[in-house]
Amino acid sequence: MNPDRSTAGGIELPALSAVWVREWIVFRYFWQTRTFAAIVEPVIMLLAFGFGFGKLVSHVEGIPYIQFVGTGVVATTVLFSATFAAMFDSLYKRRYQRVYDAMLAAPVDVSEIVTGESLFLGVRAGVYGTAPLVVAFFFGLPPEPAMLLVPFVGALTGVGMAALGMLFGTLSETFDGLSYVVSGVLTPLFLLAGTFFPLNRMPHWLRVVAWFNPLYHCVELVRNCAFGLHPLADLVHVGALVVFALVVWRLAVWRTAARLID
Amino acid sequence: MSFSRSPTDSAAVSIRGLVKRFGDVVAVNGLELEVPGRVCYGLLGPNGAGKSTTMRILTGQAIADSGDASVLGFRLPAESKLARARMGICPQESNLDVDLCVRDVLEVFARLYRVPAGERSAAVDRALALAGLQSRARDKAVKLSGGMQRRLLIARALIHQPELVLLDEPTVGLDPQVRQELWSLIVALRESGTTVLMSTHYIEEAERLADRVAIMSGGRVVAEGTPVELIRRFAGREVVDVHASMAQIRDLRARASADGLVTRPSGPALTFLHAEDADGRVPSGARRAATLEDVFVRLTGDYVE
Repeated sequence: MNPDRSTAGGIELPALSAVWVREWIVFRYFWQTRTFAAIVEPVIMLLAFGFGFGKLVSHVEGIPYIQFVGTGVVATTVLFSATFAAMFDSLYKRRYQRVYDAMLAAPVDVSEIVTGESLFLGVRAGVYGTAPLVVAFFFGLPPEPAMLLVPFVGALTGVGMAALGMLFGTLSETFDGLSYVVSGVLTPLFLLAGTFFPLNRMPHWLRVVAWFNPLYHCVELVRNCAFGLHPLADLVHVGALVVFALVVWRLAVWRTAARLID
Repeated sequence: MSFSRSPTDSAAVSIRGLVKRFGDVVAVNGLELEVPGRVCYGLLGPNGAGKSTTMRILTGQAIADSGDASVLGFRLPAESKLARARMGICPQESNLDVDLCVRDVLEVFARLYRVPAGERSAAVDRALALAGLQSRARDKAVKLSGGMQRRLLIARALIHQPELVLLDEPTVGLDPQVRQELWSLIVALRESGTTVLMSTHYIEEAERLADRVAIMSGGRVVAEGTPVELIRRFAGREVVDVHASMAQIRDLRARASADGLVTRPSGPALTFLHAEDADGRVPSGARRAATLEDVFVRLTGDYVE
């Protein structure tokens, strides 16, 4: 493998911004469907669980259940809008539309494509992630100044989760093949994030596993933004998300280069 | 990284002893190639000769196992990005952003090729005019006909006015009328001083457009020169097509070979090359001027489309 085209070093701003702008231009064509899918599904989940379980469980950890879920579903939105989009789009662009081939013939390297697209999807996830919170406001979630941090939490989580999606996108040559990833990895991540039920009553080993789930850190941070920050713990959560993003981004660059450069 | 480094006077493309394997398959096998600047250079070979792999190595999308390659004076793969900034490529299979409108396709690549912001709009307009797609600028690329899509692919490769353009089988699968249009475009490119490296398995295309031709077979160059030189050297001035049954052709071929005459298969006929030097020994048949096709089939042992 060519070190020049696979290493993470040497990322140039003009190339990065060109990749970013390409994503933006494509997004302008599809923003309605993408936004609908990214926002409506978590909101439906919020309403279904909030009202459904809310009838059985009024409060969790002193928080009204619908607000507990409303804050947690931010992470679900990030998962859907960053990871799923990155996974399916990158496979489509690599395998079917072959846009990556076209881009790599220009002065753009794999590392710049992966970085630019992850950043774009991350920022988008940060924006979409605020939707469940807004819905939760209507169900009595009191607005707090610290909630202004939520888009940043969503974006930070989103960058790593988008890179994870791109990494998974390299594992298969068909959309069908991604089913393994969806059922085997993404569904467990989604359920084991503390979104719908608190993890502190779960067995110890499950909590250890959850600690390696970026969505868990996202949920914790969003809840702390809404119900009171815990500076030390929150810094640890942020650190975990940063480490996760860096590791997964590096792996995504490596695997994508292996797929695209013969 | 700076893109302002001035181009060297060296060859547009220089390849020495290039080898590229895919598992057990040797796609490029000790390739030697020197493409001078400001010419239209044809890479002619049957399918599987290693043309597309060579193209991918030149754009840094395949990394050679051994050998040296440089493009516009930049060594590959280390300086590939600098080389790519100064070259454009039209791939064999469309890789257009088909969901975007024509203008946006060009706009995206103007950015990827780092056309300065102030010149971008003019560059897109120029590319639209070049492709003759001004009236379709707002249509999605997927709505264009095959010929229009190919023109858009070429215009996209030219958006930054590159010094070198790689055209990988530019007219494959297109109808004759569209091929003629693209040929005019390629001629105009060369006249404007752009170096064109074009791979093709259409002999007529190479014969008409290329100043120089390298014939590739089995991952290496088996002959190189101007079309006229190649014809003179490998087929002579005149050839004779002798039509006969398959059994007779086998027979004729064996006798010609024993007689020291050079032939090449030609479908239902056997073609005797260098007929002007072999008067008396060549059976009667249809005499005609030698062509690059005679050279091609002789050297690659392949029938042509």
